[in-house]
Amino acid sequence: MHSTNYIIRFILILTAFVAVVLAFLSTGLKPIHDRNEALYNKRAILEALGTQLDNSDQKLDNNKILEIFNNQIQQQAIDAKGNLVDESAIKSKGYPSGLPEDIDMAKEEKLPLADRIYPVYIYTKSNGEKIYIVSVRGKGLWDAIWGNIAIKDDLRTIAGVSFDHKGETPGLGAEIKDNASWKQQFVGKTFEDKEGHFTSVKVVKGGAKNDINEVDGISGATITGEGVNKMLNSGLAVYIPYFNHVEKK
Amino acid sequence: MEETKVVEKKSGGLKFGKAEKRLLTDPLSENNPITVQVLGICSALAVTTGVKNALVMAVAVTAVTALSNFFTSLMRNTIPKQVRLIVQLIIIAFLVTVVELTLKAVSFDSYKQLSVFIGLIITNCIVMGRLEAFAMSNTPWRSFLDGIGNGLGYGIILIIVAAVREFFGKGSFFNYKIIGNTSEYLINTTESSWLGWYSNNNLMVLFPSAMFVIAIIIWIHRSYNKNLVDIS
Repeated sequence: MHSTNYIIRFILILTAFVAVVLAFLSTGLKPIHDRNEALYNKRAILEALGTQLDNSDQKLDNNKILEIFNNQIQQQAIDAKGNLVDESAIKSKGYPSGLPEDIDMAKEEKLPLADRIYPVYIYTKSNGEKIYIVSVRGKGLWDAIWGNIAIKDDLRTIAGVSFDHKGETPGLGAEIKDNASWKQQFVGKTFEDKEGHFTSVKVVKGGAKNDINEVDGISGATITGEGVNKMLNSGLAVYIPYFNHVEKK
Repeated sequence: MEETKVVEKKSGGLKFGKAEKRLLTDPLSENNPITVQVLGICSALAVTTGVKNALVMAVAVTAVTALSNFFTSLMRNTIPKQVRLIVQLIIIAFLVTVVELTLKAVSFDSYKQLSVFIGLIITNCIVMGRLEAFAMSNTPWRSFLDGIGNGLGYGIILIIVAAVREFFGKGSFFNYKIIGNTSEYLINTTESSWLGWYSNNNLMVLFPSAMFVIAIIIWIHRSYNKNLVDIS
């Protein structure tokens, strides 16, 4: 049997040692972690473009992603009224880099609507056509879901989508991320009716009734599908003022 | 259930004889952590939807069992008996965090996919089970081998289960499409590809299928090895 004194000393020394090593490792690897995280998000943004991406048949490696982001993507941040937000304003919102790509949608979600800022990415194709990519965020069955929606330059038609989720069920809700043919259904759908009213794009249980703004739901993932509906409805709506501004120019 | 020898060898050294070899090979079949000891089932259900995930998980668990066995064994004579479980937990938690930080830097995609399950290696019964049963009473070298053996025994079952589930659930192996149509195929053409009639079995992607697959593996394993059958 060891004395209490010995036990306390043993535990304290061990814990201190472990804490110091982990702290060093964590700070040392942080730049690599941040770079990986940024690349992961950039890839998700480009994946929304789908076949609209120049050379979309080629594999998207890390250098290519950075190259596209440097040369073909213009980043903007907007507020809920659709006005552009400049770099210093982004910085004052608590994003030290001042880059729209660093805007944390989860953090913005908690603010009142008037205080939120949203990122917009404008991709210029080699033929000069512009594609707008917007970010949306919502709730699935188990946890958060989010995505990027690419919109053609008529600002009404979807060019492609990419979704991601925190904890949807594999094979059911997780299909919103994994199932390419399901995501393909969104291409060409429009979120405005003929009179110019915002209608959003809907995931419909039991199959789409029209091919203008409805897509088939995933069997076994009704609630995730409803989550996607809500996310698109509120997520796209906040960008409508911005689209109107762009159109007027 | 445990048949580990509590004999302490006087000569430390990096001897690799028959006994040491058994430490490596025993957990692969006779004393497999999953099929015989039925430990670590939780993560075996969760990360076996694809072979790649299973492989990363197997490597991570092997690293943690081997190193935690090694470090615990190094300190086994100084660890106060009253708080040995806490000390073991500190060692395991430390190593799991190291593995998590490394994976996040090396393979971010796997880190994202395995997400919470890397952190949950801490609660994997195999790791602590080996520390209590083996490392506390054996030399560092033997403990290290025992950790590697148990990690591999866990990993091999994980990969078999994942191969079955990925093949029937997604029609692929290691993300390489084998049967059924790829989703690109469904988008671009209407013709069917080779074996395109196969439609993915969604049940195989869900957790319950891992139970079935593990149960079938246990069944086959025991029908070949009568020693494992409980007569009591």
